Amino acid sequence: MADEIRTMTAELARNPDSLVFLDLGEALRARGQLHRSAQVAVAGLERHPNTADAYDLYARVLVDMGHLEQAFEQWGQAIKLNARHLGAHKGMGFLSYRWGDLDAALEHLELALATDPLDASVVQALRIVRDAAEVAEAGDLPTLPAIFQGFEAADHGMLLADERGRVLGGGMRDSEGADAAADVAALAAGGGQEAERTTRILGMGDWISMVVEGPAGNVHISRPDPHTLLVVARDRSVPAGRLALLAGRAGEVARRWLEEQQP
Amino acid sequence: MTSRFRQALDNITRVRGVRGALLVTSDDGLVVADALMEGIRGDAVAALAASLVAKLTKAAESAGVGRPHFVHLQAQDGTLVGLPTSTGVLVVVIADRELNVGLVRLEMLRAAEAVA
Repeated sequence: MADEIRTMTAELARNPDSLVFLDLGEALRARGQLHRSAQVAVAGLERHPNTADAYDLYARVLVDMGHLEQAFEQWGQAIKLNARHLGAHKGMGFLSYRWGDLDAALEHLELALATDPLDASVVQALRIVRDAAEVAEAGDLPTLPAIFQGFEAADHGMLLADERGRVLGGGMRDSEGADAAADVAALAAGGGQEAERTTRILGMGDWISMVVEGPAGNVHISRPDPHTLLVVARDRSVPAGRLALLAGRAGEVARRWLEEQQP
Repeated sequence: MTSRFRQALDNITRVRGVRGALLVTSDDGLVVADALMEGIRGDAVAALAASLVAKLTKAAESAGVGRPHFVHLQAQDGTLVGLPTSTGVLVVVIADRELNVGLVRLEMLRAAEAVA
């Protein structure tokens, strides 16, 4: 692999207009050299702005880097150039599913399947999304993945949400016992954005966690990855320090789950 | 600034790692009184802290824990803590990462009593 990368790098140096940057970028990505891979993809895009595969490459690198929104945009560019681009539809299908937009996920994956009916990864992904859509249509609420199985109050005191405030898993109840997952996810995301603004302007580096202590309990908000929020709430019998330890363990579980969701 | 407020804020800033302490109006994030190390932008800290506490208050209420009486933001290179009071004034502390939160909290509670 290292030899291949050297050969391709040399070829690209000899002929900067070569499309070998696509294979080189993918090889670097596969080796985890994401920064170099992104540089190759961006340089390739500058020379080949009408090549859908270049946007697809850059999007895959962005996903590996955790920049999901930007990846979605790049795949959108690829589809503008080639409406039947397999990689772009697979990628957008995956992100749509992750964000809970099952209709969009189905649409992209069906278009991907129409492009390559023999792609086993698309067939499998489509089956998962169709199952989830059927359950959602039947009105069964537990469509959210049981990420925190084994933790106490896993389905009503632990919530995983993305940076846009969409629920990814777990659950949350309010003081009356009613489902509050969507509200808490949206409001925690707003708090996360405010924390990011605060720490940036005040030069405090990235924010790590927030603890809110109230009369009926404590809430701990953290980031298992830069684009995901973990909210853990417990009553006053669990002190803030113990809550932080619990959140740390739940964060590890969430990180593993997020890694498993990668394409 | 009254000497009572001044004394309360000075006591907070004596806690190791504290870079500044402020009394801030919760509603609009304006500085009522402050004791800050040089280079700390009091108006920015006040506005950002009030806005952050307001957002977290909504999240905490939705999660069923009620209106917060203490908020702690931990960042890589610093700490921000806020203690809302019943008078609509927020006691805010900006500090280094390695802050003794328990100790500073005691002084913040004393400051809140002074405000009340």
